[in-house]
Amino acid sequence: MTRRVAVTGLGVVAPGGIGTKGFWELITSGRTATRPITLFDPEGFRSRIAAECDFDPVHAGLTSAEIIRMDRYVQFAAVAADEAWRQAQVAVTDPWRVGVTMGSAVGGTTLLEQDYVATSQRGQRWLVDAGAASPFLHCALSPATLAAEVADRVGACGPVRTVSSGCTAGLDAVGHGARLIEEGRADVVLAGASESPISPITVACFDAIRATSARNDDPAHAARPFDRDRDGFVLGEGAAVLVLEELGHARRRGAEVLAQVEGFATRSNAHHMTGLTTEGVEMAEAARRALDHAAVAPAEIGYINAHGSGTRQNDRHETAAFHRLLGERAHQVPVSSIKSMIGHSLGAIGSVELAACALALVHGVVPPTANLDTPDPECDLDYVPHTARECQLDVVLSVGSGFGGFQSAVVLTRAGRP
Amino acid sequence: MSPAATGSAPVVTGLGVIAPSGLGVGEFWPAVRDGHLALAPIGRFEPNPYPVTVAGEVAGFEPAGWVEPRITVQTDRFTHFALAAADLALRDAVLHPAAVEPFEFGVMTASYSGGVEFGQREIEQLWRHGPEHVGPYQSIAWFYAACSGQISIGHGLRGPSGVVVADEAGGLDALAAAGSELRRGARAMLVGGAEAPFCPYALCCQLGLELLSTSSDPATAYQPFTERAGGFAPAEGGAMLVVEDAGAAHRRGASVKAVVAGHGATYTGRRRFDRSAQGLLRAATAALAEAGLTPDDVDAVFLDAMADPHADAAEAEALRLLLGERASRVPVTAPKAGYGRCYAAAAVLDVAAAVLALEHGLVPPTPGVRDCRFDLDLVTGVARPVDLRTVLVLSRGVYGGNSALVLRHPESPTSGGM
Repeated sequence: MTRRVAVTGLGVVAPGGIGTKGFWELITSGRTATRPITLFDPEGFRSRIAAECDFDPVHAGLTSAEIIRMDRYVQFAAVAADEAWRQAQVAVTDPWRVGVTMGSAVGGTTLLEQDYVATSQRGQRWLVDAGAASPFLHCALSPATLAAEVADRVGACGPVRTVSSGCTAGLDAVGHGARLIEEGRADVVLAGASESPISPITVACFDAIRATSARNDDPAHAARPFDRDRDGFVLGEGAAVLVLEELGHARRRGAEVLAQVEGFATRSNAHHMTGLTTEGVEMAEAARRALDHAAVAPAEIGYINAHGSGTRQNDRHETAAFHRLLGERAHQVPVSSIKSMIGHSLGAIGSVELAACALALVHGVVPPTANLDTPDPECDLDYVPHTARECQLDVVLSVGSGFGGFQSAVVLTRAGRP
Repeated sequence: MSPAATGSAPVVTGLGVIAPSGLGVGEFWPAVRDGHLALAPIGRFEPNPYPVTVAGEVAGFEPAGWVEPRITVQTDRFTHFALAAADLALRDAVLHPAAVEPFEFGVMTASYSGGVEFGQREIEQLWRHGPEHVGPYQSIAWFYAACSGQISIGHGLRGPSGVVVADEAGGLDALAAAGSELRRGARAMLVGGAEAPFCPYALCCQLGLELLSTSSDPATAYQPFTERAGGFAPAEGGAMLVVEDAGAAHRRGASVKAVVAGHGATYTGRRRFDRSAQGLLRAATAALAEAGLTPDDVDAVFLDAMADPHADAAEAEALRLLLGERASRVPVTAPKAGYGRCYAAAAVLDVAAAVLALEHGLVPPTPGVRDCRFDLDLVTGVARPVDLRTVLVLSRGVYGGNSALVLRHPESPTSGGM
């Protein structure tokens, strides 16, 4: 008996909107949440813009003890998990059957950096002063704490795992979570990802390889996937959590099924830690494998949520991958990148994009690609520029690409698909 | 029918070990078998400002000869370990990646602390000299996915890849994730983990765990299951395994070392070692069920051995609950007492030791321990000859994860006798 995976809850913390409702309003409006960095003084950095969350942990419902203990990215995840769990209304009868899979690329680097500055006297001491460290610094060394905090919120006692495969972590975490259910290792899994990378060290490391946009004088239009004048991604932050549930389990309790997670696969390009080929072979292969698992033909795809980071290389790589996957039908499938509006939150974005895909299936609306004024001649697909589009969707593909050469793909389908 | 019973469970065909007790299984196994003590005062930096001064360092390891100079400068020491271990594992398996179908050979690693020494150097550059002094490799050396990416690129592995940071138990969970890929069509996976948590700042982060031994005497620093248990000695190192689809291994005439017969994972909360007894029991029971076995089949147990009085008591209780009256008769051991606890790589090193134990029919001792305070048959002194068919490996994380893995001798009657 095949076990299938339903999505029965969603929670999102994103730039421009805390909560699923505000998030969906923003990304269907075509407005952008990219702006000058306010989380630290970016003077002296090449890229001084980001998509920041206007996040007040007290207003979001966290206790003072939680706020002290949790790094910003853990706070995001806690709030997103709470929202998703409220929506799903799962009454846990067996906590050993509830799991958690959370993704993050850089984890606790913000706290690591803050405490480094304190313990090293701003970089003056190699032998840092351990006495100046926060009591929660140990949580920052490993993002394992991310999944643990989410598990504690719902009393999960099943498999609890953090996935940290860089910028595909958000897709991979949901994929790992879905597999726990398919393989019978859990009945309910909170799956998602979180990231708060807007700190000096992370901004500096992307400066060093010129991966981020330096359009500092026009931040609202800086994230320009597939546009001729794009110059890199805009760093973002945020979190999303999906409640995944074995389909029969969801149906028996009469839960509203928002979407189904039907396929997941990863492949690697074995090419370069940061570079991409122009052919997109491995991304197409990952997508094909995910579709095979879902028993869906490429011709059935109604929408592709692209990685669409807005770097010169990525957008061409990805366009080539979609041509390879879809053949002659490539021009008929809407493709869009919500990173144009909420930036690229590294390990979190894959889960945020899957939340967008689930909402697209629910509402029959495809979010647009903002700032796509003049398409790159080598990016020749239908990227849904500027304006959201209504269309009946049955099958949605979301892809991601990350440092290390990793390519991931997840297939979501409309609730009730046989 | 369980996968192990039908002969379809993944098999281990290659081991690569870079441990404080030796480079390669040719050094590692004799050291483990003979209970060699490889703990020593920290030598990579001056540890005297810190309460923890004893650790397991891979003192003889230099990247030259293992890692191309071009890659050495782009990577942290933890990736050097992983690359070296991957090379050794492929050689041990007599498997050339080009002989495996493209897209069917992947890599899955576990990490706890990432490339933290590289990170401390770059973050120092940032805070001492400014953002433009952060080098281009910071973005690919520090993050947790560095090892999977570099191994994939170094060996042309374009199959499914990922990175698990499930706490320290992640080493076993990475094997489970690799097994999931093999069941979905992959032919071979390099799977394992590496850690190099010895720069001053990384140690500073670990101090907050309040689980590390503060003894300055290497001979008594890490004494799990004794009255003197006062924390563990941290370690660096890594292990990679070649794990193959059983059919693929059989067809190429590979020498099978062990069958990965079952896995289970649970979560019982941060700093709640009392609850880990139930957590380990549930994980072990699930792993045995997947293997088509019962607790009566367990011939030896490789222990987590946290060396915290509560954690040790919980692990002993888990064994009592699992094995019943056999708990005092089944040989159990913790070779890591001789070389330290290597975070996410610790469990992978345990798996390597367990595979070697199956191969040699010997349960290695727990070095430095004479007087177990629990009613367990803890092997001490010298290795004990045992006709091993089934070995259970237990692992816990400091943030509440409990994992169990069942390994079987390749010629065990119900594991297919490949």
